[in-house]
Parts: sequence; structure tokens; C-alpha cells
Amino acid sequence: MMENSGKRSLALHIGVLALLSLLPFILPDYHHLTITRIMILAMFALGYNVLFGYVGLLSLGHAMFFACGLYAAGLPVYHLGWEVPLAFLFAVVISALAAALIGAIALRTQGVAFMIVTLMFSQVAYLATLYFSNVTGGDEGLVLPEHARRFEILGMLVDLTSPQVRYYTALGLLSASALIVYRWVNSGLGREWVAVRENESRTGMLGYNTFLIKLKAMVISGTLSGSAGAAYGLLFAYIGSTFASIQYSIDALLFTLLGGAGTVLGPILGSFIMFYLIDFFSGHTTAYLLATGVVLILLIMYFPLGVLGTLRKRWLHWLP
Amino acid sequence: MDLGPFLLLASLEGLVQAAVLSLSALGLCLVFGVLRVVNVAHGEFHMVGAVIAWSVSHALFGHPLFGFLVALLAAPLFVGVIAFTADRVILRKINHNPEATIVATIGMLYVIQQSVLIGFGPDARAMEPPFYFHVNFPWFGYSGYKLSVILMAVALLLMVWHVISRTRLGLLMRATQLDREMAQVFGIPVGWVYGLVFAAGAMLAALGAVLIAPIRQVHYLMGLDPLLMSFIVVIIGGLGSIRGTLLAALVIGMSDGIISMLFSPTLAKMISTLLVALVLIFKPEGLFGQHKP
Repeated sequence: MMENSGKRSLALHIGVLALLSLLPFILPDYHHLTITRIMILAMFALGYNVLFGYVGLLSLGHAMFFACGLYAAGLPVYHLGWEVPLAFLFAVVISALAAALIGAIALRTQGVAFMIVTLMFSQVAYLATLYFSNVTGGDEGLVLPEHARRFEILGMLVDLTSPQVRYYTALGLLSASALIVYRWVNSGLGREWVAVRENESRTGMLGYNTFLIKLKAMVISGTLSGSAGAAYGLLFAYIGSTFASIQYSIDALLFTLLGGAGTVLGPILGSFIMFYLIDFFSGHTTAYLLATGVVLILLIMYFPLGVLGTLRKRWLHWLP
Repeated sequence: MDLGPFLLLASLEGLVQAAVLSLSALGLCLVFGVLRVVNVAHGEFHMVGAVIAWSVSHALFGHPLFGFLVALLAAPLFVGVIAFTADRVILRKINHNPEATIVATIGMLYVIQQSVLIGFGPDARAMEPPFYFHVNFPWFGYSGYKLSVILMAVALLLMVWHVISRTRLGLLMRATQLDREMAQVFGIPVGWVYGLVFAAGAMLAALGAVLIAPIRQVHYLMGLDPLLMSFIVVIIGGLGSIRGTLLAALVIGMSDGIISMLFSPTLAKMISTLLVALVLIFKPEGLFGQHKP
């Protein structure tokens, strides 16, 4: 039974990714760019979900990790002329370090204080990007130079101005992140996370170092979010302060909550639904963020498990 | 200007800031103390208060002082009704669960903010001060209205203190705060107390907004700053501690005002926020907070 459900869920995940790889052939051009964007944001939400869905820590500051990756990748490319792959790796490392540092401080607090503290740190990061605007470009941001649009890796020339290349790069990154998360939550560490979520003091009593467990989750979550930020900056050749604003932290929360916190595919599904919903609303009114608010309230009141969470509870018990 | 008078000017600005901040932070603190939840929409209640103040003073003819006084009543009333309804309809449904409440109030933040954007428009608007006079120091003249803001805030704080410690309503509140179940057993309508306290918190934010509206401009995004500043104050003061909150409001408001004048507002915000981090590293329960039982 266990074996069977494991195979079934793995098949589902691979199926979803395969479906995504076929979409460009079916959908009109307009959607290519949109879905590329959504996939990167979904990667961000995947990272967020590790902390929120599996460990039960509600962070309101993940935009700072996203922005950390964004700037750590974009600034060296812009100012020092680094190659794209090197900048990406650098951003991943820096995000991991930032997440470890912020985690070590923020995890000293419990419950609501954790949410406020992450919000505050994120705000400092946002203000810092504004304050040092001669380096970061502040609100207006920076457009990455031409040399950063193409690079050679393993003898292949990659041209980031091509929509197809961007689409499949994003898909590749998303798949890699999804599989990493999938592996991790099904490992011993994943079980420790859920144990902390369900009852932290009991887990501590059983001899686990809950602080360390939470810190590991924070680092993984922050690194994934940072990688998403780096990918966003490099793929679309633009970095700016907006990405560090509270809005992005809330988006990650919203995508995760909508799709189903604590499911691997939930954040991906949530990102797709919400992005198209907002896209639809912004065509009709300037106050499209109203949709964000209404969805958040309705979700938490009537639908706290999200789409996949509810499906899992009702019918698909094997969903990871 | 010499450094001495300049510092005096900066401290006056800081005091004005601290006065308004203490009102809004006290609101957040009361809500946390009694309901044990954090209201992320707090800043939006502040913003709505300012918008009402602007609309009232704009709609009424005659002396601006008249409009101001009407706003001082109308804004908290309006905001109080919204907050009370929101508590009874939304927060009660999720049992005031701390995490769910954060998510729900984030939703409320967007709903309120975007509704104001639809109704009020994206422009920043200036509100006329209720009176003009200058207090002349030997080195510079200072707006009499700003000085009166400090006095009005102190008066309002005294009123809040009176309600909490000397009236029946305050007694019910304190009983609910101490032990919710026991209060319920004694026949205190805990649900109503929750709604009222939530409304009272929002009304304090709105009052602060009416006071500050003639100094700053009224804008639909103005809620974020007071929210974050109140968070800083409430954390440093210790979640739920009124004494700590007021003291922290004074310190943070003053330092923010002074650093803003001397260097830059952005830097001031960064410093106060990092201060929060330091407090949390060395004293996770805040300066005046107690460990939860």
C-alpha cells in the first residue's frame, strides 16, 4: 500500500511537470511569458511552503530572500560583469547564508512574534534597497546589460532573449525544486518538520533539537526562494526594489494557502490560479489587489486547507 | 542654525511623532493584550481615520476648527463600526486563532486599502489645520498646531487610562484578559468584549490619524508606516504591556524624529527596525513583557 501510494504520487508529480513542458505547444504566445513568470513565482512559493506548510512557521518576510537572490545575482552581473551561471550560483550561496543568519535570530521568537519579526527584517531589506539606491537602482531598478542575455554552458550557447529558452529554463528550475522538496519532505527530516508543526514541545521532549530542525527548514526555504529570485532577475534582466516589498511576501503566503499548504504541488497550483485571477482583475480595475484581500479572507474562513489540502482530506489520502 | 536649537527642533518633531505613535501602538497593544491576536489591518484603520478626517473637513463649511472637531468624533466612530463588524463576522468565525487572524487581517488590509483607492483615488491630499499660530522660540517659530497635537494625545491617553482602570468596561476587559474562561463562567459576554476591544484598538489608530492628518498628507497607502512603527513599539515594549508600549513609543518616536531630521527617514526606520532585532536577541519577551504562563 505504502509502496503503491508512493509510486502513484511520484507519477502524479512527473505528470504535472510533463504537462507543463507541453503547454507551449498548445497555448498562444501571450501565455508563454506569463507561465514562465508563474513558474518562477511557483518556485518561490515552493520554498515558502517548506517553512509554512511543513514546519508550520508563518513568515511574513520571504520577499527578503527572493530579493536577496535577485540582487545577489543581478548586482555582480550589472556592476562587475559576471557571467550568468556564476552569478546564479553566487546568489544561491548568499541566500543560504542570509537565511541561516536571519533564521538564527528570528527563530528565537515564537508564534506571532516570529511573523512580526520576519516582517520587520524584510522591511529593513526593502528600505536598504531604497537607501542604497546608487548601487541598487532603488525603485526604478536596473536593467541588466546585453552581455548577460546570453552565455555558454557545457559548450552550449544559451540565449535568454528567446522565450522558448526562458520557458524551459524556468521549467527546469521549477522541476528541480519540486523534486528536491518532494525528496526532502519524504525523508526523515521531513518527518521531523511535521513533528515540530504538530507538537513542538513534545518533539523537543523526545530529544530532538527543534531549533536546529527549524533552522534547517529556514535555510532550505530561504535558499529556494533566493534561487527563484535569482532566476527571476536573470531571466527577465531586471532587478528592482518592488520585489523586496511586503506584497511579494504576502503573495507567497497566498499562493501556498490557496493551493494547499503542506502539499508539494499546492504552491504551484496556487500560483497559477492566483496569477490568472489577478491578471483577470487588473484588466477591469486598478484596485486589483482587492482580489488578493477577498481571496485571503474567504480562504481562511471557509477553506483553510486550500485546494489540494481539501482534496487530500476528502479523497486523495495518498497525496504528499 | 546652531546645533542646540536644531536639536530642540528635532526633538519637538520627535515628540509629535511619539504622541501619535503612542496612540496607534496602544491600540495594537490593547488588542493583543485581550484577544491575543495581531491585527495587521491596524494601519489601514489609521488610514481610514485620516481619509474620514479629510472628507469631513472638506465637506463642512465654516471654520476648519469646526470640521476638525467633527472629524475627531466621526472618524473613530466610523472606523470603530467597521472594526467591530469585521471582528464579529470574520474573526469570530475563525475563533481568533492567532495565525488565521494574521492571514485574515492581511486580507482585510487589502480590502480596506483597495476600497479606499476606488472611493478616494490615488492622489495624496492635504488637509487644512484647524488653526494657525506660531509659537516663537528665540531661534525659530514652531507650528502651534503641532504642539497642540502633543497635548491632545496626552489627554486622550489619560482618557484611555481612566477607562481601563476606573470604569466597568475596563474591568470587564481586564477580567477577560486575565482569564478568558473564568470570565465567561462569571457571565461576562466575552465575544462582545472581544469585538469592543478590537474596535477600540482601531479607534485609537483612527484618532491618531485625525491628529496627524493636517500635518502629513492623506493618501491611501499611508497605513503601512504606522503599522510597522506600531509593531516595532509593541515588540520592544513587550507584547501586551501598556506601560512598556508607552515608554517604547516615546523612545522610538523621539529617536525616529531626530534621526529623520539629522540624516534621513529611511535610515531612521532601518535603525529602529534593527533595534527590534537586538531587543529580541537579548530579551525575546520584550523589555517589559512577561513570559506567557
